Amino acid sequence: MGMTMVEKIIAAHADKQKVSPGDILLAEVDMVLGNDITSPVAIEEFKKIGISEVFDPGRVILVPDHFTPNKDINSAQQAKILRSFAREQELEYYFEIGEMGIEHCLLPEQGLALPGEIIIGADSHTCTYGALGALGTGVGSTDMAAAMATGKAWFRVPPTIKFVYSGSLQPWVGAKDLILYTIGDIGVDGALYKSMEFTGEVIDNLSMDGRMTMSNMAIEAGGKCGLIKPDEKTQNYLKNRAIRDYTPLYSDEDAEYEKEIRYDVGKIEPQISFPHLPENTHPLSEAEGLEIDQAVIGSCTNGRIEDLRKAAEVMAGNKVRDSVRCLVFPGTQKIYQQALQEGVIETLIEAGAAVSTPTCGPCLGGHMGILAAGERAVSTTNRNFVGRMGHKESEVYLSSPAVAAAAAVKGYLVHPEEVVK
Amino acid sequence: MKLSGKVFKYGDNVDTDVIIPARFLNTSDPEKLAEHCLEDLDPEFTDRVTEGDIIVGGKNFGSGSSREHAPLAIKAAGISCVIAESFARIFYRNSINIGLPILESPEASRSIEEGQKIEVDLQEGIIKNLDGGQEYKSEKFPPFMRDIIQSGGLIEYVKREQLGRS
Repeated sequence: MGMTMVEKIIAAHADKQKVSPGDILLAEVDMVLGNDITSPVAIEEFKKIGISEVFDPGRVILVPDHFTPNKDINSAQQAKILRSFAREQELEYYFEIGEMGIEHCLLPEQGLALPGEIIIGADSHTCTYGALGALGTGVGSTDMAAAMATGKAWFRVPPTIKFVYSGSLQPWVGAKDLILYTIGDIGVDGALYKSMEFTGEVIDNLSMDGRMTMSNMAIEAGGKCGLIKPDEKTQNYLKNRAIRDYTPLYSDEDAEYEKEIRYDVGKIEPQISFPHLPENTHPLSEAEGLEIDQAVIGSCTNGRIEDLRKAAEVMAGNKVRDSVRCLVFPGTQKIYQQALQEGVIETLIEAGAAVSTPTCGPCLGGHMGILAAGERAVSTTNRNFVGRMGHKESEVYLSSPAVAAAAAVKGYLVHPEEVVK
Repeated sequence: MKLSGKVFKYGDNVDTDVIIPARFLNTSDPEKLAEHCLEDLDPEFTDRVTEGDIIVGGKNFGSGSSREHAPLAIKAAGISCVIAESFARIFYRNSINIGLPILESPEASRSIEEGQKIEVDLQEGIIKNLDGGQEYKSEKFPPFMRDIIQSGGLIEYVKREQLGRS
């Protein structure tokens, strides 16, 4: 019996020929990641271990992206802890404001997330790197501390659910709609403790940006990771980026899956997740007309160049409705620059959107776009929990960038084709 | 070790954003986090909780963000143990790693009610409803995780097992 991708990756890092779901073992990790919320706790725990140096200063990545540029004194203190630790440990990959991007947009762009590797991150959306065929998975601060000390982490080998997407996508339907649809189908604990493997012709045809959107939200179904087979597209993306050689790993033909779920994507409309769970997914047609106060376009889910292009395509020649604040967050400085060069930023600003430096900001209700009681946002982010973007009586509706842009123009949820000029 | 306390009962998918909202994450001091624990879900929680009390949740407890601040806030608020039908993966790891006792028991999760007094035998994984008399058995932890728990958390485990320090 063969092995699935996740089994192969864990086996390769635990010096085993074969592992099976349920096995618990220590595995070596290739990269350890933390941000300005989770790393201060990790650094404190690391110091308790009583060793002076991290296992490898080239394999610990710190990205201050959540409350930065710092929103208040306390968050500045937290960020300072990272900065000092990065200097003291001579970390190779610390990204200061100016180089910083939203971590899960930044790491792939910098060639730090590679096929066949294990990246643990003290951030739940570390699963994004599954799009490159890496076992990226979220952990907490103490796991991060232990891994910074030892280069290892404990894993329970997960069973794998195989998702197969076939058919042709409707216009204005993309990766975000596919993943929201999937979460709506299996539920927020539908892949609890499990590996999700996204396959099929539709996934093959997705861009790397689109694949990252899908893998990013595996955690929203409870998944440990959301893996996509690395292919030529992946290799092309990594050319001139990858910081080292890598060994892609693939699921065997006779690998054992817990189950297989097939979707014919042809009938999927743009999707909207209603408050307060990502699984409350509805086709856009059931949400049309719902008025919004704010539209957020960006985040580790949808802050990449393709996402900004889509938003600009919808907003070109249009104006953001007076009653709406439209906020755009490019994922990294490079994405921002590229969007500038392509005229995307010009189009968005002309339309009346406010464009920010990269930050996680409003996605988690941190800063830069907090909602008041009774306010409603459409957002390309990943969570719509109670109080996620501000007051506990505010609401977040999750959507694709095209749908969020269309809503910004009209002031209510509407199909992008009705807005595009 | 036996724990006992009164129950705070919640539903499915209690996420880490309601356990400790991000607006309070500009500190990692557990005592300060505890002041806002569960505030968006149950505004009276912090006033009513007493040392040793127990949270009983439904499915997928602790879903969402990886913030370890969530189990830290629960622990610092005085909660001695969390019982749920199931736990979200990262919250589960984090709780074991920081030494917050958690137990998975669908039956206990379904049957125990708000305000009841219960007793938990962590070693045996037995949950006793002192008000109703029923007993529930929870899933036993695999030996590896039991080692971490018995060490008092992952840091102590790593010091002893991986780095040979005591």
